[in-house]
Amino acid sequence: MSHNAIQDRPPVTTTTAVKHDPLRHARLPRWTPFAVAVGSITAAVGLGLAAGWHSRIQWGLVAATFFVLATYVITTKVEGSRQAKDRVATSLVWVCFILAVVPLLSLAWVTISKGLEVLDPYFLTHSMNGVLDAEAGGGVYHALLGTIEQVGIATLIAAPIGLLTAVYLVEYGGGKLSQAVTFFVDVMTGIPSIVAGLFILATWNLMLGFGPSGFAGAMALAILMMPVVVRSTEEMLKLVPNELREASLALGIPKWRTILKVVLPTAIGGITTGVMLAVARITGETAPVLLLVFGTKLINPNPFEGAQSSLPLYVYEQYAVGTDAAVARAWAAALVLIAFVMILNLVARGIARWKAPKTGR
Amino acid sequence: MAKRIDVSGLSAYYGAHKAIDDISMTVEPRSVTAFIGPSGCGKSTFLRTLNRMHEVTPGGRVEGKVMLDDENLYGSHVDPVAVRRTVGMVFQRPNPFPTMSIFDNVAAGLRLNGKYKKSQLSEIVERSLKGANLWNEVKDRLNKPGSGLSGGQQQRLCIARAIAVEPDVLLMDEPCSALDPISTLAIEDLIGELKERFTIVIVTHNMQQAARVSDRTAFFNLAAVGQPGKLIELDDTERIFSNPSVQATEDYISGRFG
Repeated sequence: MSHNAIQDRPPVTTTTAVKHDPLRHARLPRWTPFAVAVGSITAAVGLGLAAGWHSRIQWGLVAATFFVLATYVITTKVEGSRQAKDRVATSLVWVCFILAVVPLLSLAWVTISKGLEVLDPYFLTHSMNGVLDAEAGGGVYHALLGTIEQVGIATLIAAPIGLLTAVYLVEYGGGKLSQAVTFFVDVMTGIPSIVAGLFILATWNLMLGFGPSGFAGAMALAILMMPVVVRSTEEMLKLVPNELREASLALGIPKWRTILKVVLPTAIGGITTGVMLAVARITGETAPVLLLVFGTKLINPNPFEGAQSSLPLYVYEQYAVGTDAAVARAWAAALVLIAFVMILNLVARGIARWKAPKTGR
Repeated sequence: MAKRIDVSGLSAYYGAHKAIDDISMTVEPRSVTAFIGPSGCGKSTFLRTLNRMHEVTPGGRVEGKVMLDDENLYGSHVDPVAVRRTVGMVFQRPNPFPTMSIFDNVAAGLRLNGKYKKSQLSEIVERSLKGANLWNEVKDRLNKPGSGLSGGQQQRLCIARAIAVEPDVLLMDEPCSALDPISTLAIEDLIGELKERFTIVIVTHNMQQAARVSDRTAFFNLAAVGQPGKLIELDDTERIFSNPSVQATEDYISGRFG
């Protein structure tokens, strides 16, 4: 019966064909996940109330567990085990997403609602000069100015060095030196910020005898920023297709011009984003600023001489004071800090989009 | 200003691995020479030794002589950057610069090499785009990005970019392998026109293409995987495809292997 053996499918009787149609099977309606979610939240809240649990986190985790289990059981019953696995994976992704977003949203919510109590134009344009700890009033201007100057100087130091290091590693490296550089960049990524601060304190302040200044803090911040810039720029440069470098070299364009005019412009969007992320990382650093910039209540626009303040340091100081007025100022300053980083990120994204290779017709 | 290429005793290495072994051949000016042969036989490597692009690959190394008229490209004081201005190259996959407009892509080789006046540049860009049979399709959108063109147009843009610097020789590494038959036809017609002005060397896997566009054909082969590639024979295209002098060439062309 070799003739039968090569048939696509065995001949089927009409009755079994209707029952086991391979392309159709029972499907749950589209609203099932929402219904299951509502059901499991209700069940978890009911259980929590009945058992007298106080922690809302516990309610949430129980609801999430109910949701995943209920999805699995219902889908297995109706759609079969393969679809059940698929739906469980989908619902796990959703649950993890919500678990990740809830702390973020609550953090933003608390900071905004508490910060807005004090935040006004007066707060942004005045320093703490002559303001007593317990008394309301005063502002964040000196700290904002200090943060902008310190982060600006740190970026001016770290971004060019980091960028050139990455260009060396990707475009010229390959030998022992580049291996060593990569290794030390990795080591630098792991330096605790207080150690960077102590290093500058030991060399710049104690050995060379300079006093506290915004510049000293900026140097410590630059040490923290550099490896992040190197790493992100390196990854971006590696993404530039080799064909573009070859196309440029084959036109008789020297290597340095190829890097400057072809490689860097192609990667500039990603590089900008990387530098901005590094800026965001150092903006929130407190430890080196505490050691090197020292903190002050006064406006000191000169980053090269005398103590300055900075936003994270200001938040720390005000919180340490502990009076109602000071804590309110700490929240407002935290809000200013978050907004500052957020605005920087938006600017970076704007630049990245503006500079990214265009694909339109 | 097409020039003759005279290669003698050329071997190329990737680190310790010898990719091509002792190749000697002459490429006539104002003609199209096609390189055919199985994958890995060193056609592309050999092509890249002709404008010193081989040494761009880490570990790439060359022994032997490549004479362009009477200048040895591998002579001691020869600047590879200057060589690449004289010997242009078009790659397998169209690779316009994504950050640049169509105009800037064509002008890239000139602009990145020296100072040109704007009027001078637009004249050269127009001439090059006309030379690459692309002018009519893009003349209204010279400021749009080059990556928005179709694959065939992008490849012609790359050819325009290569001929804008007025090289003496144009190397093409499977220029049509990523293109559809219509775009391929456009490029082949273009090659026929370009050979009036340039010496053209083209690597291709498509034997009909070699038969259609080339005046002379070189067959490369390798004894076994891992062995260096060798030049088996170089002759007039008609002879290679009708009555080759080596059995291996006939086997390859008639599809008995490869």
